[in-house]
Amino acid sequence: MAKTALLALGCPEFPVQTSTAIYLAYKLQKHGITPVFAGNKSALLLVKVADPERHYYGGKMMDLDITIGALSTGKIDFDLCFVFVHSDSGIVYLASIHALSKGKMVAIVFGKFAEELTEQCKNICEHVLTAPVIHNPLPLKEQVDGVSTWLHV
Amino acid sequence: MAPCVDELDYEILLARTTFAKCSKLIQKRCQEIYFVAPGYKIFNTYMVGIPPLPIGIEGDHILIAYIKPCHGAFALKIPGDGEIERIRKELKK
Repeated sequence: MAKTALLALGCPEFPVQTSTAIYLAYKLQKHGITPVFAGNKSALLLVKVADPERHYYGGKMMDLDITIGALSTGKIDFDLCFVFVHSDSGIVYLASIHALSKGKMVAIVFGKFAEELTEQCKNICEHVLTAPVIHNPLPLKEQVDGVSTWLHV
Repeated sequence: MAPCVDELDYEILLARTTFAKCSKLIQKRCQEIYFVAPGYKIFNTYMVGIPPLPIGIEGDHILIAYIKPCHGAFALKIPGDGEIERIRKELKK
């Protein structure tokens, strides 16, 4: 059975999130892993509109609260969980998904408070990709490229 | 159907803040407190937060931290209805 990866999106106020998420989904699919996007309506629409023929996001989309409910009741789980973090709310969702999923956790940290948030993420999960960026996706892209070295471990 | 605390008759005690500040307020304010893990269901909503998540009982109201991805954490005071007895039964001290 194909592996699945949750991509839990935060508030889409920083442009770097959508671009990095779509690129990560593309990379996961190259490794035979199905991406599942979760977020609020705006965060999901930004992905959907940017990729109308589903070349990159390929998998499913779910409302973030419904995803939390489905994880809580054991209806779904994922082999990998990538959580986008740029605020305290992101830390909350990272800690919650960590508590609810058996999947390997990865925090993707960005934005104005990346340094402080990275320290908090390290207390929760082993893998943290981090760059204090808002508009430029390249520093995170480089780290996503490095993910392939431990993706199947 | 998506869970929705928005439909409840709540009072906002703290707005657009951090989960830690909401948790601290609930624990400072309520004498009767229960701690749960993320995913505990209350008012048809699955709770999120940094464990342990406090649920405070103040008279016939329940105090919880409620998180919105774009707006931060809120400490809410919500009429307990049938939830207080259920919580007491499920989460005996």
